[in-house]
Amino acid sequence: MSTPASASTALLQLSDVRKSYNIGLPNEAEVLHGIDLQVARGEFVALIGPSGSGKSTLLNIVGLLERMTGGSYQVNGNSVGALDDRGLTLLRRETLGFVFQFHHLLPAFSALENVTMPGLIREGFVSRQQRNRARELLAAVGLADAMDKRPSELSGGMQQRVAIARALVFDPPLVLADEPTGNLDTASSDEVFAELRRMHKERGTSFVIVTHDPRLAARCDRLVELVDGKIARDEPIAGNDAPADAA
Amino acid sequence: MVFRAWLGFETRVAIRFLREGRLQTVLIMVGVAAGVAVIAYISALVTGLQKNTFDKTLGGQAHVTVQALDDVVTPARLPQSGTVLFSDVQAKAQRLRSVSNWQSLLPLLERRPGVAAVSPIVSGGGLAVRGEATQSIALSGVDLDRYDRVVRLREKVVAGVARLDPGDAIIGTELASDLGLRPGDRLAILTGAVSETVRVTALVDLGVRELNRRTVIVPLRLAQSLLGLPGGATSLDLALHDVWSAKDVALELRQQFPYKVESWQETNAQLVSALNAQSVSTGLIRLIVLIVVVLGIASVLVVSVVQKRREIGILRAMGATRGQMVRVFLVQGGIVGAVGSVLGLALALLMIYLFTVFVRGSDGQPLFAIVLPLSLALQVALMASACGVLAAIAPARRAAAMDPAQAIRI
Repeated sequence: MSTPASASTALLQLSDVRKSYNIGLPNEAEVLHGIDLQVARGEFVALIGPSGSGKSTLLNIVGLLERMTGGSYQVNGNSVGALDDRGLTLLRRETLGFVFQFHHLLPAFSALENVTMPGLIREGFVSRQQRNRARELLAAVGLADAMDKRPSELSGGMQQRVAIARALVFDPPLVLADEPTGNLDTASSDEVFAELRRMHKERGTSFVIVTHDPRLAARCDRLVELVDGKIARDEPIAGNDAPADAA
Repeated sequence: MVFRAWLGFETRVAIRFLREGRLQTVLIMVGVAAGVAVIAYISALVTGLQKNTFDKTLGGQAHVTVQALDDVVTPARLPQSGTVLFSDVQAKAQRLRSVSNWQSLLPLLERRPGVAAVSPIVSGGGLAVRGEATQSIALSGVDLDRYDRVVRLREKVVAGVARLDPGDAIIGTELASDLGLRPGDRLAILTGAVSETVRVTALVDLGVRELNRRTVIVPLRLAQSLLGLPGGATSLDLALHDVWSAKDVALELRQQFPYKVESWQETNAQLVSALNAQSVSTGLIRLIVLIVVVLGIASVLVVSVVQKRREIGILRAMGATRGQMVRVFLVQGGIVGAVGSVLGLALALLMIYLFTVFVRGSDGQPLFAIVLPLSLALQVALMASACGVLAAIAPARRAAAMDPAQAIRI
């Protein structure tokens, strides 16, 4: 399809990716019918589509949380098909950050601990360096005063900003966001989105954002629309602030 | 750094999960503590009880005794095949007999490996008379030093000094009070037609009332003359280094020598089976309590896994491996087991303390010493912690098997 990136600089490269559920059962259903998609480094992509169009499934496959049942997928130069669960996990660790809906912080841990958790998972302890980096990131998203608060003590918008800081703590090349502004009011929604755009601009991180909100989708650089498990539309959006290395 | 990092993630997340599920965690830890307390208390109690029973019973007994074979009736003529013999064989009365050649047997027995001491004894019945009072007694003639090595008589002296010069006697405490005797007093001993006056040198408490009422210990030579067995010994008493080897030693001696050899297990068959039954019941109780503890921990963790589905999904998305998630729950099980056993051991100590304070014998003394040895405490704690980890295996596998995409979706 009409993607601006060449294969060599592509961060994501999906060709003919298919996903079926309940394979071998009478209720077997294919929800993705051959997706071809390339995303270059530094892109800011909105993934939209009606409910049941398969966009969350696609995001999970891209995020290495689910396996495709057909086709091929390369992320950051690594072919995904042959990897076992551990391989997928380690690749996910190195390559991807996630921002889910606002109730997806760890409720038992403070904002700062949520942001240092990826480091704890990797190293088994949190170094001073990692803690400082987490502090910087939280300060950068405007939460310098809320670092020691639990998620339940934070507003939805604040929680999402913690999630953004968490996704970026190891500077992954790609951040996936699943309805990052779902359940937020308009003001908080704008605030969180602005934060995503700012991080994109400052760090050159690629973003793929699943959203229902056409207002937000319109403020991305590229729009991919999924309908019934197929890409129905894939087009650049002009006028938004483009990252440095985008075509 | 590797050391610092080992299980760092797992431990921190496990502790936080446990702290977050406050009531659940408290309940299960109390449950584990109760289980551990029961196991530790029962073990300590039964160990104390058995040691007490054992000491009381074996304290005044030899581990193995060697005696002359019983007299048996020898038929005048062997019945021929095909003939039927109508006869009424009356069992012989067992008269006092000496172990033949005991003087030469003694060094042989002493040289055997595993034998700690051998003591020749002449024992029989008699009467103790003082003034108007008469008591039937069990008379033992011994060589004090040898006898002491077998039954530790000197440790049981409660009054006077254990000494057995010619004409001396050591008697049980009950007998002393029945006859109004104190060390230094004299009493007459009667057997059959012979009578002899002895001087009491010491009173001993053998731990069993009946023994204390009957026991009179005199020098070997005196007993020989009182019981009409000059130069004889009715039995040789053996003490062994390992009490439990008595049965095997007795068996070997029986095969080797034409004597009647009995181990303490055979003389106290009922006691041995009672002790065994006790040990088996204790083991069974421990096993059942342990199973209950394991099931308790497992069921709480299963619930916790379901409650924590979303967190598990988030952690997996952030790069936690299946193995890490498994270990988070195993560590939780281990922590529950370990903390529960510390609480449980404290509870057991309290129960033991209460037992020693409130459960007393008729004399106001504690019934017997009951202690929780460190080794037993460590063993129980280790077992409970291991059971915690064991109990966590199924829930942990469930947590790891969760599809992160689905877990996040909730």
